[in-house]
Amino acid sequence: MKLRPFRLSMLGLSLLIPASLCAVVLFLLIYAWPAIGFSGLGFLTHVNWNFGDLDDDPVLTRGLLVPGGASYGILVFIAGTLLSSFIAILIAVPLSIGAAIFLAEAVPAKIRPALSMLVELVAVVPSIVFGLWGIWVLIPLIGHYLSPSGNGYGLLAASIVLALMITPIIATTLLDALMQVPKENRESAFALGATHFEVVSKAMMPMVRATLIGGIVLALGRALGETMAVAMVSGGGFNILPTSIFSPISSIASFIVNNLDSAEGDPTNMAVRAIAEVALVLFFITLAVNAAAKLLSSGALNVRKRQH
Amino acid sequence: MSASASIKAGRSAQELRRVTTSAIGWAACGIALICVIGPLIDIVGTVGYYGLSAFSVKLFTTTGTGISGGLLNAIEGTFIITLGAMIFAVPIGVAAGIYLSEYGNNRLGATIRFMSDTLTGTPSVVLGYFSYIVFVILLNWKFSVLAAAITIAILIVPYLARITELSLRQVPVAMREAGFALGATEPTVVFKIILPGAMSGVVTGALLALAISVGETAPLIYTAGWSASMWHGHMTNESIGYLTYVIWTAFEQPTAQAHALAFAAAFLVMMVVLVINIGVRLVVRRTKFV
Repeated sequence: MKLRPFRLSMLGLSLLIPASLCAVVLFLLIYAWPAIGFSGLGFLTHVNWNFGDLDDDPVLTRGLLVPGGASYGILVFIAGTLLSSFIAILIAVPLSIGAAIFLAEAVPAKIRPALSMLVELVAVVPSIVFGLWGIWVLIPLIGHYLSPSGNGYGLLAASIVLALMITPIIATTLLDALMQVPKENRESAFALGATHFEVVSKAMMPMVRATLIGGIVLALGRALGETMAVAMVSGGGFNILPTSIFSPISSIASFIVNNLDSAEGDPTNMAVRAIAEVALVLFFITLAVNAAAKLLSSGALNVRKRQH
Repeated sequence: MSASASIKAGRSAQELRRVTTSAIGWAACGIALICVIGPLIDIVGTVGYYGLSAFSVKLFTTTGTGISGGLLNAIEGTFIITLGAMIFAVPIGVAAGIYLSEYGNNRLGATIRFMSDTLTGTPSVVLGYFSYIVFVILLNWKFSVLAAAITIAILIVPYLARITELSLRQVPVAMREAGFALGATEPTVVFKIILPGAMSGVVTGALLALAISVGETAPLIYTAGWSASMWHGHMTNESIGYLTYVIWTAFEQPTAQAHALAFAAAFLVMMVVLVINIGVRLVVRRTKFV
């Protein structure tokens, strides 16, 4: 085979993408290794996260120098992440189905592009601006009208903000799929005497179910990793499992971003290693969810598939 | 929609029920759409109102601490970090797009595409923490422009690669064949024929990547640090300010001044992101990239 320098140089540059992904996993793993050994499986099942006494001399525990009393368990953050994302999905799915159906069938074709652009724009608003809006508008509303304690920060606020952020992902996926349903299927339903809404709900929606599920899982992946907005409105719950929808929580991502100072204050570096392990857990959770989304949507009515 | 309007006397109870259900269904769908778009309008309105009322000449001409003073250092920092990220990411992203579209119809291409998608799905805070470990701690660059720019570059490269690949694939094969028939070499065909033909798509990708890097926060908290003064030109060992940090930190403060500053910064970030996204969508109609 002839040596093709151009092709090889393009390949070389593109290999930087897989290389950086591998580097992310590898370095997190290497750096977290002592912490993984220190905490064992308890890392995932313990409720208590304690940085230990950072000012006092470190003590030798299980063969490692760590701050006295340090223990690392992330069950609270896992619970916070899963609960907030799950409630967000519960809110987002009906909203996005409704919005997509309305856009696909009830809106005149002339203004559809403008409205669907608005829906897409919701997805591009930076996370931190959502957080700011959450603090300024949503938190007072929840605190005033819903929360018995008058404190709006917590699981519900985080879930609502997450729901708003992921709704466009599901809605635009579903809208695209609805627009691709063959005309014949629509028209035969009409010919049978179905009302317009019955055509949509009984003839079209079943056809796009697979795409819908793929979109929901994709949105779930985004919600699990969402950081800034959750960190701003979740109340930063620590070492206590949420008991109600108004409980303060921390998600895995918001915990990571909130604890830079504590990690830097640890002379043994164990806190930084433990947080690297937290980041690794978050990586694998989102990886699993995104892979599931990929598997689901590869079997679905897929735009990209058709072109090839 | 029109079904409810056409209710006539003499319909059976079942028909009435079906028509009523449909009307309720449509109403629910309409309300759902309002629930999706309403918050966006409220966000733009709220941030626009408080942001614009915080605007003054001093805001753009003086440096600030993030909770008081101006935004000049933060604006400069965001600009430099974004520029740095684009310098790293555009060549790599475009090259990857070229490889994937022109030579990537094989197992290696599929693997790169899969890893690239995985990187897209990785939470930005994980990337930020990776960079913190590698650049800030192990390489001892401290909080710095270089660490921040590389982190953002890793974040946006997959988008660039994906959008470049999709737009290159839209250039007809006949154009490539015509080029080769004239005796052009591979690089000539790619750079003189295919890339110019797909330029609008590549520019779209670069602009969307720009919007993402301006709006990011989480990876920068762990890599850029914060500085209340202007940048002194050091690539490493010097912290740098950025706009989203102001939003993040100002709301831990009770002062109205800090809140006004946060809204001003949020308004700037939001405008850049929205203007780019609206502009791109108006120019490139209904082309789905994400």
